[in-house]
Amino acid sequence: MPVASYAVILSAILFGLGALGFVFKRNIITVFMSIELMLNAVNLSFVAFGRLRFLLEGQVFVFFVIVVAAAEAAVGMAIILQVARNRHSLNFERIDLLKQ
Amino acid sequence: MSVETILFFILAAAAVAGAVNLIVQTHPIHSALSLIVVMVALAGIYLLLGAELLAAVQIIVYAGAIMVLFVFIIMLLNAGKEERTAISRTATWLGLPFAVVLTAVLGWRIAMAQPGPMAPGAEIPGTTRVLSQLLFTNYVFPFELTSILILVAILGAVVLAKRDF
Repeated sequence: MPVASYAVILSAILFGLGALGFVFKRNIITVFMSIELMLNAVNLSFVAFGRLRFLLEGQVFVFFVIVVAAAEAAVGMAIILQVARNRHSLNFERIDLLKQ
Repeated sequence: MSVETILFFILAAAAVAGAVNLIVQTHPIHSALSLIVVMVALAGIYLLLGAELLAAVQIIVYAGAIMVLFVFIIMLLNAGKEERTAISRTATWLGLPFAVVLTAVLGWRIAMAQPGPMAPGAEIPGTTRVLSQLLFTNYVFPFELTSILILVAILGAVVLAKRDF
């Protein structure tokens, strides 16, 4: 089924774009959203490879990835909240208290 | 060019456009809305790949809960447009082509991959019954572990976001 093969290439493209956003954006929340984009790309590759290899485990693992992403987003947002309250800025180049 | 392939290309174009928009936009709320577009397009692609329960879970949990959390945080923190701070020129001029090369190599390698030994049989249905039969018999231990993980995440989020620490 060609859709699954094309979906794998799409997942590579989305992962690359997520990595670009992760490296080049300066707002912490946007960086977090790039991480979510990378996780979505990996989910797509799981489902596509599961379809190509006739395994249902691909979809099962996507469940776990979604759960872990939700837990990580919740805790990450709480940390961002505290950091933004203390530093009054969402630009992570301003969070440099550990710098020399 | 079957209908599925055409539908896939439309959804893939929407997903890539959303992802590019996420990177290009300066205000985080626009990036959040673009990410929602990407997630809905991916849910459509899951439907095309036969993962029906997963498409519904993606919409309900990912686009409906996690992205709503993001939007609430952006609203709560009054996040504004990104400011122009000094970014290393070397990082931009070396990093951008490297990211493109990385994506191209990844995509090409995956496309050239030989299919492994395939199990004989028809298409596997991704219905709720079949998926939950697998999830609650073979993978029940990771399932219970993820429930503990969610509990820990709830506790952690409540403790970490307290005002008087």
